[in-house]
Amino acid sequence: MNPEWSPDEERLLDAPTIRPYVIARGRTEAQDRFDLISLAVTIRPTTGAEIGLDPEHQAIVRLCRRALSVAEIAAHLDLPAGIVRVLLGDLFDRGFVAVQQPQPEMDVLDERMYKAVLDGLRAL
Amino acid sequence: MVSGHSDTLKMPKAIKLLIAGGFGVGKTTMVGAVSEIRPLRTEETLTNLSVGVDDLSGVEAKATTTVAMDFGRISIGQDFVLYLFGTPGQERFWFVWDELARGALGAVVLADTRRLADCFPSVDYFERRGTPFVVAVNCFEGAPVFELDEVKLALNLGQDVPILLCDARRRESGKEVLIALVKHAYGRRPTAAAH
Repeated sequence: MNPEWSPDEERLLDAPTIRPYVIARGRTEAQDRFDLISLAVTIRPTTGAEIGLDPEHQAIVRLCRRALSVAEIAAHLDLPAGIVRVLLGDLFDRGFVAVQQPQPEMDVLDERMYKAVLDGLRAL
Repeated sequence: MVSGHSDTLKMPKAIKLLIAGGFGVGKTTMVGAVSEIRPLRTEETLTNLSVGVDDLSGVEAKATTTVAMDFGRISIGQDFVLYLFGTPGQERFWFVWDELARGALGAVVLADTRRLADCFPSVDYFERRGTPFVVAVNCFEGAPVFELDEVKLALNLGQDVPILLCDARRRESGKEVLIALVKHAYGRRPTAAAH
């Protein structure tokens, strides 16, 4: 028996807390890469035989048959948005999903956009 | 910009709107009233870079906090999709707004006349940041009825900031508030101000 081991330490490994970070293998560097409203859409389905894709990756590929935001993916899979960003980064790098970044603030000036949004809201 | 492996992919453009205001003022109710989906909840880890800014030692503390936000979605045809985020209600989370507000088209500040002061931090924040916003006074039953001019004065709002009454439970009312916001944001866009 390991004399260093103490039963208290085990309590730190609270499964619901740890699990998302295990899925992301401790990576958080993708935090700045995608916004909450970055839209992702699947461009190549997975076969299930890919190496290095977790069930969570597969779930994202299935979900994104229609374009969904990072926030929506996170809500549907019950994962923190930061974890979804990391997983999405993996899928993007491997060519399974395309990701559309939201317009930078400077570009949110397009007159047609305002008109289309106003018309759309009025028609709701 | 589609950053992906297929540049021909047709994707809508995502637009972010914020619904701010004090705790319990009806932010999620409003999101739910206008959203085409049941409001969803997401958890976001945000960085607090502001701690120690006033500290002359120049030591910038960095802390992260996790906040839960409710949000909804409104598709505008095939081309645009609006995401409405209810900002976390507690004032101690004011610093998170910067990450939320980045890229937002504008914000609705929901106010409750029984606790008008609760929306001061939101008003201050959007004024300082230059984010276009409108104030929507949620009409709770039993709440004192004020003239909108009185509320405007109490909030010390700029002349151009639209203020309107609303019922956050009603879709039609939420729609009107969003239309007022988009109109206001349109008038406030930098290219418009330059002319």
